[in-house]
Amino acid sequence: MLIKYSVKTALTGLITNKSRSILTILGIVIAIAAIVLIVSIGQGAKDLILQQIQGLGSKTIVVIPGREPEGPSDFVNVFLDSLKEKDYKLLKNKNNVPGAEDIMPLVISSVKLSYFDETYQATILGGGDDEINNLMARIFDIFPDRGSFFTPQDVSSRASVIVIGDNVREELFGESINPLGEKIKINGRNFRVIGILPSKGQVSFFNFDDMVLAPYTTAQQYILGRKYFDRIIVVAKSEKVIARTVSDIEITLRSSHGITDPDKDDFFVETQADLVERVGFITNILTLFLVTIAAISLLVGGIGIMNIMLVSVTERTKEIGLRKAVGATNKDILRQFLLESVLLTAIGGIVGIALGVALSFVVSLILTYSLGLNWEFTFPLSAAALGLGVSAAVGLVFGIYPARQAAKKTPIDALRYE
Amino acid sequence: MHLIEVKDLEKTYYIDSVQTPALRGVSFKIKEGEFVAIVGPSGSGKSTLLHVLGFLDRHTAGEYHFDGKTINDYSEEEIARVRNKEMGFIFQTFNLLPRTTVLENVKLPLLYSGVKESLWEKKARQVIDSVGLSHRLHHESSQLSGGEIQRVAIARALVNNPRIIFADEPTGNLDSKSGKVIMELIQKLNNDGHTVILITHETYTAKHAERLIRLSDGAIKEDAPVDHRLVAADHFTK
Repeated sequence: MLIKYSVKTALTGLITNKSRSILTILGIVIAIAAIVLIVSIGQGAKDLILQQIQGLGSKTIVVIPGREPEGPSDFVNVFLDSLKEKDYKLLKNKNNVPGAEDIMPLVISSVKLSYFDETYQATILGGGDDEINNLMARIFDIFPDRGSFFTPQDVSSRASVIVIGDNVREELFGESINPLGEKIKINGRNFRVIGILPSKGQVSFFNFDDMVLAPYTTAQQYILGRKYFDRIIVVAKSEKVIARTVSDIEITLRSSHGITDPDKDDFFVETQADLVERVGFITNILTLFLVTIAAISLLVGGIGIMNIMLVSVTERTKEIGLRKAVGATNKDILRQFLLESVLLTAIGGIVGIALGVALSFVVSLILTYSLGLNWEFTFPLSAAALGLGVSAAVGLVFGIYPARQAAKKTPIDALRYE
Repeated sequence: MHLIEVKDLEKTYYIDSVQTPALRGVSFKIKEGEFVAIVGPSGSGKSTLLHVLGFLDRHTAGEYHFDGKTINDYSEEEIARVRNKEMGFIFQTFNLLPRTTVLENVKLPLLYSGVKESLWEKKARQVIDSVGLSHRLHHESSQLSGGEIQRVAIARALVNNPRIIFADEPTGNLDSKSGKVIMELIQKLNNDGHTVILITHETYTAKHAERLIRLSDGAIKEDAPVDHRLVAADHFTK
């Protein structure tokens, strides 16, 4: 029989029992919609996170104190004070790390700010360089829109100057006071506000709106009271030299720390590529986990299809007998019923994809407008293709048993059936 | 050569290990172009015989040659092909596809025939015309009378121009007037060269055939030419 007529026959069969067909595919529709929605949101979340990581620039290398965690559950960090001023100076030496364009130490801590009666808990980020102007602003790509950044002289002289984020400004000063030149108290010491950052929200892992930026020397001396760094950030000259630069950093620090066995490193180096890979891996695992759960509903939907197809085969026993009497082969009958169940699930798949895409679009709108996330809606093409393929496969798998039952009927038994 | 040749044909049904013989050694030959009526009371085995002859069921012992070839030599695919090309069936219960138009019902055997699709419409219209239902092409069976439905079934049986027509109580569900029309049609098919095997329990209907085989309890009691054959008025010859 021509495939066109097989499809037509199958469609006629489905349309004849319209409401039953619709109810039957509902399970498939919901399952496929759930899968598309999950994959789409998973992709959106991954994109969002990656976009934030890459906000730091693909050439950025981060040196972190402590032993590299061996797995997601390995939180043990020792040697947290292993990155010192000496290491920073060695890394800055062009002979040691020729691939480095910029190097900046970083200290991070939570601090309580006060301005007269107003107080605010913020994060202080200490950075900068005693020779290069605006290095910190450049690396994080955030410049004050009022006032200025601290200078290399501020870094070398441990000047008590700070640049504040937009939330900090609003909480401490409100709209009526111009914060520039005002003094904020941290740990009992006054710091002069010299710059105000524009509102920028989340950049990389930092929310600069809630931050106070200071020269790292000032932060170490007057606020944190310690000599080590929390990170050393290295910006490579190009993406090509990243691998080489990483290995130069490792060699330099090992010799500085007297380490011969790389397994005993008291620091580790992370590139943006590493981070992207790790985050991508985690979000993929999460997505896969959720898709697996959704797939269970697909299985249930498939059993529903099988059930209805068996009913349909029984109901149409006489029709099967007639078709065989006028020349249909077992193969023709098998194909007709198989095609019917595949069409049923494929239609369910298409409706499910449309529903899933529509839902994920709505979710992206909600996330963008109500949470202020920079969420990008992407059409989950791979999930859609997968959904269609899987739903058709479900029809094939769960349709084969009823179709075989149909094909097996002898014409005379089928014709006699009442 | 005979179109149909059966020798000591037996058919036994096994239901829950209980043996029920339906045919107990039936032998006869039918030439191409013959019009044979098989008659007998209910339970005599006439329907079983028709099903075996029409490749709808298998016999359990004896021999059945169709077109010189024993049925055991036919593969599953060949059996389907013979049913499609060489045989046409007319049932007492009509067996049209529900919610399907006259035209689509008549096209049904063409779907499985290997005939080019472009010819389907023409062939179907031709046979529908020959049974006088051109004005009903796009009607569904629920909109037709019993006599009209059986004429659609006849058109469907004819669409592949088969050599032999099996008619199983074709007038059984019809009033006498419609029944008469159907018998005229069947007689005309025979006149056009189709071999016809008619199953009936009505003597009147059987008298349209030229030969009568009477079955009783699964065996042949009589096989003779029909006396005083009825020749129906021919409404359908143009």
